[in-house]
Amino acid sequence: MSAVKDIFQSVKDLWSLFVGLKVTGKYFLQPTVTVHYPRQTVDPEVEQTFGGHVELVPKPKNPAKPKCIGCMMCVTNCPSGCLTVVKAKAPKPTPEEEQAMKEAEARGEEVKKPKAPKEPAKFLYDYSLCSLCGTCIENCPVGSLQYSHNIYFVGTSRKDFKLDLLKRLERQAENAAKASGTAPKAETAEAASKEA
Amino acid sequence: MSIHPQLLHLIIALVITLAWVGINALVLVYLERKVAGFIQRRPGPFEAGPHGIIQALFDGVKLMCKQLLMPSGADPILYWMAPILSMLPVMLLFLVLPYGPTLTGMQVDLGVLLILAFAGFNVLALLLAGWASNNKYGLLGAGRAVAQSVAYEIPLLLSVLAIAFMTGSLDFVAITDGQGPWPWQWNLVYQPLAFIIFIISAVGETNRAPFDLPEAESELTAGFHTEYSGMGFGLFFLAEYGYMVVVSSVAAVLFLGGFQGPFGSDGWWWFIPKVYAIVLFIMWIRWTYPRVTFVQLLNINWKWLLPLATLNLLGTAFFMKVF
Repeated sequence: MSAVKDIFQSVKDLWSLFVGLKVTGKYFLQPTVTVHYPRQTVDPEVEQTFGGHVELVPKPKNPAKPKCIGCMMCVTNCPSGCLTVVKAKAPKPTPEEEQAMKEAEARGEEVKKPKAPKEPAKFLYDYSLCSLCGTCIENCPVGSLQYSHNIYFVGTSRKDFKLDLLKRLERQAENAAKASGTAPKAETAEAASKEA
Repeated sequence: MSIHPQLLHLIIALVITLAWVGINALVLVYLERKVAGFIQRRPGPFEAGPHGIIQALFDGVKLMCKQLLMPSGADPILYWMAPILSMLPVMLLFLVLPYGPTLTGMQVDLGVLLILAFAGFNVLALLLAGWASNNKYGLLGAGRAVAQSVAYEIPLLLSVLAIAFMTGSLDFVAITDGQGPWPWQWNLVYQPLAFIIFIISAVGETNRAPFDLPEAESELTAGFHTEYSGMGFGLFFLAEYGYMVVVSSVAAVLFLGGFQGPFGSDGWWWFIPKVYAIVLFIMWIRWTYPRVTFVQLLNINWKWLLPLATLNLLGTAFFMKVF
């Protein structure tokens, strides 16, 4: 009895082969979905779906500064060790301030030393080490990291992939300020390569 | 001293065959890559020439310019003999194919037998290549090639034999003449099972995907030709495409009416499209199905193809005897 069942099953399985042929045959006749890169570029909407390297999210009011608070959560959680964040140090008091502080201390008053600002002094990122796991993005408490849509990112040496994300953000803000007079930021290959 | 006309005929046929094999290989390499591209919805070769037409030519030139290497410890004679041995019989196979009523390199009464006999040479070449390479992957590939080719030869033979029973001849021209010009007069209609078995076995016999186990590039890193570079590999490549055209031609002759066309318009202009339709179908198969495992490969053959082919043959013999 099971032999008969086996044969029926095999015939059924055989049918799946024709389904496969139908699928590939259909694809054969449909237009291609890739682009000839140097001559054509991807649609901006498609580009928005691309998860490129990690980048900083700007503050809503000041696009040149990141939301980052320098808490080092991204660095601690990064499995590849591709992020380097240096916290900003407290501003050094001027000699007069120092004098004033000393005097105040001598008077027995409680002195408020200047606190370190909550922002990174340096935010370096080595794309050549990054595995794009997104752990930094998930662990950022203020949502200061995101995937960029930088789809046309090429380089001729390993150095090209060591990015200074703070500088990159400033550059982006400048470019956006320049472009805002004319049109909303055009996401072309050229602009993207400039941003990088 | 005069040259015997038949000898002259044979020499001319051989030269044309050589050119035909070369052109076929170029066209098929291009076609294969284009078909693969379109099925995966990308353009395929595109940069060299309009729509990448001369890409295959460049590939060939690159192959020819590469250095020929031999691993240390390999058997030099066998190692270099294998690709040549793989290529040589292909010429012979092309000679007996009937492209038109009179356009045949060498019309012999036992054309089918000749093709089947010399197509088996490829197994020997693969075995030598794998054995002489002094490489474990090569050896495994060779072993698999032999197991596979020996297995698939049997249902192939049986399905061809069914056609030979129907026609009562092993001559390609006689088999072609046994069929009519219209599709419903072809052997395909009378022998659909034999046709299916023939195509499956042909794919297995020519080591094409999904039965490309001897060269399984993901498991065996190219199997029997792992160690071959440049034109050593190129000859295997050329032979593979040669064999592909040969089996497609045989299928066209046996099942699709060969060079016959409606309204007495017989000729190679009917033969070539039929051959290329089958070639395209084989390519379509390649880019659709994943590679089978070796157990599956042998199971398909011994458990399905062989019994079915035997039944088909016995059925054919019965009907030929009764009616």
